[in-house]
Amino acid sequence: MKQLVAFEINGDPVEVAAPVHHTLLEVLRYGLGLTGSKQGCDKGDCGACTVLVDGQPVLSCLTLAVAARGKQVVTIEGLAKNGRLDPVQDAFDRCGALQCGFCQSGMMISARALLNEHPCPTREQTKLALSGNLCRCTGYTKIFEAVDAAALQEADPKA
Amino acid sequence: MLRLPPFEVAEPTTVAEATRILKERPGARAMAGGTDLLPNMKHEITTPGLVVGLWGIPGLRGVTLDGGHLKIGALSSLHALSEDPLIRAHLPSLAEAVGQIAGPQLRRMGTIGGNVCLDTRCVYINQTYFWRQALGFCLKKDGTVCHVVKGGRRCVAAASNDSAPVLMSLDATLKLESAEGTRIVPIDDFYDSDGVFNQQRRPDELLTEISVPLPKPGTIAAYTKLRTRAAIDFPELGVAVLAERAEGLVERIEVCVTALAARPVRVPLPLEALKGRPLDAALIDQVAAEAYRRCKPLKNIATEPAYRREMVPVFVRRAFRLALARASA
Ligand SMILES: Cc1cc2nc3c(=O)[nH]c(=O)nc-3n(C[C@H](O)[C@H](O)[C@H](O)COP(=O)(O)OP(=O)(O)OC[C@H]3O[C@@H](n4cnc5c(N)ncnc54)[C@H](O)[C@@H]3O)c2cc1C
Ligand code: SF4
Ligand code: FES
Ligand code: FES
Repeated sequence: MKQLVAFEINGDPVEVAAPVHHTLLEVLRYGLGLTGSKQGCDKGDCGACTVLVDGQPVLSCLTLAVAARGKQVVTIEGLAKNGRLDPVQDAFDRCGALQCGFCQSGMMISARALLNEHPCPTREQTKLALSGNLCRCTGYTKIFEAVDAAALQEADPKA
Repeated sequence: MLRLPPFEVAEPTTVAEATRILKERPGARAMAGGTDLLPNMKHEITTPGLVVGLWGIPGLRGVTLDGGHLKIGALSSLHALSEDPLIRAHLPSLAEAVGQIAGPQLRRMGTIGGNVCLDTRCVYINQTYFWRQALGFCLKKDGTVCHVVKGGRRCVAAASNDSAPVLMSLDATLKLESAEGTRIVPIDDFYDSDGVFNQQRRPDELLTEISVPLPKPGTIAAYTKLRTRAAIDFPELGVAVLAERAEGLVERIEVCVTALAARPVRVPLPLEALKGRPLDAALIDQVAAEAYRRCKPLKNIATEPAYRREMVPVFVRRAFRLALARASA
């Protein structure tokens, strides 16, 4: 059974005919071709599928597509604006906060959600905010440094 | 990739509509955040033909103080409760427990109602259908044997909800609504020791509200949780403690544990021998020793039962220390 589901994706309205047993992640990846959100564990353990729904970081692999009706969804594809990287993306790049990159889209979405709520997070706040995103490569240190760098850049874009 | 098997979805907008659908469609299943139900459906441990999504029902979120009771809407998110000023001020051990559930994204999706109604967990059941089939199915789903207790006739999958022992220590009551009417159930009576389904709730009943009496002045309480990583992991042991004191002397003391057996357990304590004494190291050691004697974890989750048992007194002591430190802060 399919249902029409209208929501906003990265600022644009969309309407998709989604099978009601499909997750938001399946609709994003296979319906809309937005493959930035990763299908890691597909059961809530890893955080690679993290997207923002109405500004909150949630796992798209455990969200039914029909439950996204009328919501604002932001994926990694929506972070860069007008050809400019989001400060989080820029900082992850500059700090070398990634190796294989599989965790990164989810990691950067969680980091974006953190900075939206706490523009100057403490290291403890950063660790807590990213504690639902697993990374098997980096050892996390450079990721935390990248969040600090992004916070700094947003506080003073000229720095 | 873990696909969900096909099912239908209903999106009621009132409790009455939801309970009517649940009654009319046996085999239908309520879904709040879906963070427990959807993984279980992906693993085909639960296979409802109809999912009744509760997300569109207004009025079941938030905390209110009403006649000496805190009323918690069943659809309140774990994240919202962990930050709620009323919960933090009056029920710090509950804020502590829900703030340690899963990880940040799951706490925003998961609800307190879903946590209270969480399915039991076992190392042999929370696996893919393929995995379970390869080993041979078990009593909880599709099979006739238990892999934990050889020859066992009863499933002992572990109650793994962090909120349950805390709500038990706080004497919470649960409001269950159905097409038949409403009943209020003390949380001790809500749980059963059958791991196949460890609740007294009927499939057509919805949990709509949790009510907690305001703790007496001077009450201290805390929750401590054993897990391998400090995020994401379910409890391998969860300990909620509470003590009521008058002029520094113990009037009542509670220790409730989870993740050991199919239901959360209120540890029987010799209250008469504890009453009237100061809550000092000697008394805490005595309570910890009693909890150790009473708790016998099984091999139902991956962590060694012997280790989990040794951790019982350690976590009881930690919980009391945490509660005392918070009271004097
Ligand atoms: C990776 C991972 C880690 C986790 N870690 C933890 C953890 O550390 N501790 C922990 O306690 N939990 C943990 N969970 C489980 C889950 O996220 C939480 O328990 C959450 O609170 C469940 O709430 P929900 O709203 O998502 O429940 P749902 O999945 O919507 O529902 C759970 C069950 O309750 C029933 N139900 C839900 N709401 C109601 C209602 N109002 N009335 C009647 N029945 C209802 C559903 O039918 C279902 O059987 C984890 C889950 C994952 C995927
Ligand atoms: S305790 Fe036994 S019956 Fe229950 S889920 Fe585990 S193996 Fe299956
Ligand atoms: S893919 Fe969603 S949490 Fe791993
Ligand atoms: S960079 Fe490889 S998982 Fe994080």
